[in-house]
Amino acid sequence: MAEEILTTQDLHLYYGNKEALKGINLNFKEKGITALIGPSGCGKSTYLRTLNRMNDLIPGVTITGTARFKGKDLYAPDADTVEIRKEIGMVFQQPNPFPFSIYDNVIYGLRIAGEKDKEKLDAVVEKSLRQAAVWDEVKDHLHESALALSGGQQQRVCIARVLAVSPEIILLDEPTSALDPVSSSQIETTLLNLRQDYTIIIVTHNLQQASRIADRTAFFMNGELVEVDATKNIFMNPAQKQTEDYISGRFG
Amino acid sequence: MRRLFDDELADLDADFTEMGMLVSEVIQQSVDAFMQRDAATAQRIIDHDHDINEREIKLEKKTFEMIALYQPVTTDLREIVTILKAVSDLERAGDHARNIAHSTIKMGSKQKVPVLEQLLGQMGQMTTQMVQDVLKAYVNKDDQEAQALADVDRKLDHMNHQVREHSYEQMRLDSDFETGASIYLNVAQDLCRIGDYVTNVCEWIIYLKSGHIVELNSASEAD
Repeated sequence: MAEEILTTQDLHLYYGNKEALKGINLNFKEKGITALIGPSGCGKSTYLRTLNRMNDLIPGVTITGTARFKGKDLYAPDADTVEIRKEIGMVFQQPNPFPFSIYDNVIYGLRIAGEKDKEKLDAVVEKSLRQAAVWDEVKDHLHESALALSGGQQQRVCIARVLAVSPEIILLDEPTSALDPVSSSQIETTLLNLRQDYTIIIVTHNLQQASRIADRTAFFMNGELVEVDATKNIFMNPAQKQTEDYISGRFG
Repeated sequence: MRRLFDDELADLDADFTEMGMLVSEVIQQSVDAFMQRDAATAQRIIDHDHDINEREIKLEKKTFEMIALYQPVTTDLREIVTILKAVSDLERAGDHARNIAHSTIKMGSKQKVPVLEQLLGQMGQMTTQMVQDVLKAYVNKDDQEAQALADVDRKLDHMNHQVREHSYEQMRLDSDFETGASIYLNVAQDLCRIGDYVTNVCEWIIYLKSGHIVELNSASEAD
């Protein structure tokens, strides 16, 4: 039985006076993919960003309730955001490789952490790029600029960059919405390969993507979690009418 | 919000119901033709069987198209799947009406056996009523009615056994009755099969309503 690795209880988030998250109770077991779906402005991305404290930098944000990673309060006064983001990595909507070589992109986190052992770095680069299913395409160009790659390849290099620091949880915020269907499908395959070893939480507007890859799907609406269940149940027979209306395109 | 999908689904639904009414009529006619030994009507039923098959194919094509183009989920998906599955059941029920028409022609002017005539008359009435009721249940998405129709199917099975017993009895009394008996047996069997297909449609109505796939006639005696 997998342990609950990440828990959020009564999580509220306010942008100034506006309540964007209205008390989210949602827990994640180790391993597997959870998709967060819902119309624009429903709070799913905001929620995702609270999980590795990406909202800290936004002025006027207030967060109440608890978010715990392996029992540790992510918002405790002594919590170290660098450590948190090493354990809980994030991949964004737009592929955002740094203007360095592919190699330097992947080892960026390790280099900042002071790792200098060339052999170790080489091994991490190969392992991470293999895990991100992009190794075969880039192995002969590791020292060329990552910006020269296609969008889909860039996104997989970004996934490799997250994997290089050995996180436990990978957050993805609409990682394929800027990509064509072939690149999207490569990212999906990559995620399916990673789901055995990592806890993956993905925000997506592509409902078919959620139904294809997610073990579990959570539906958000107006800052609330309406329903979370096995993906099959959500798409075949959801418990809430709001969920049904949304996924069958009656609104949203 | 009204979707384009809803309009297409309404059309599909109307076509399906129309096919159901056609099958229902054909079954009614085949039963009447048998009871009255009306070979001309029986022949017309045989000649027009392809109408039902063509409608089935048209509806199947339309459902495939809607699945591919709209990728329906939840209730939408269940409505489409229900039609896709039920349309085959209706078509097969129609095939059995055609079999009854063949039996009518084969029967010619052979002597009627009153007890069997009476049993088959009742079975015919029950079956045609069942087909009409299942269409009503489909249109009203009435899973209670669908559930209730399974009982009628069990009664049909029971009467089929009675037809068999009486036919064997008649054969013992009159060895020349063998061909006639086999025709009575076939018609009773065809009516039973129609009842089974109607029960399948009932199962799809329950699925449509609840999302659960149920087996209604598992208790019915297999023949």
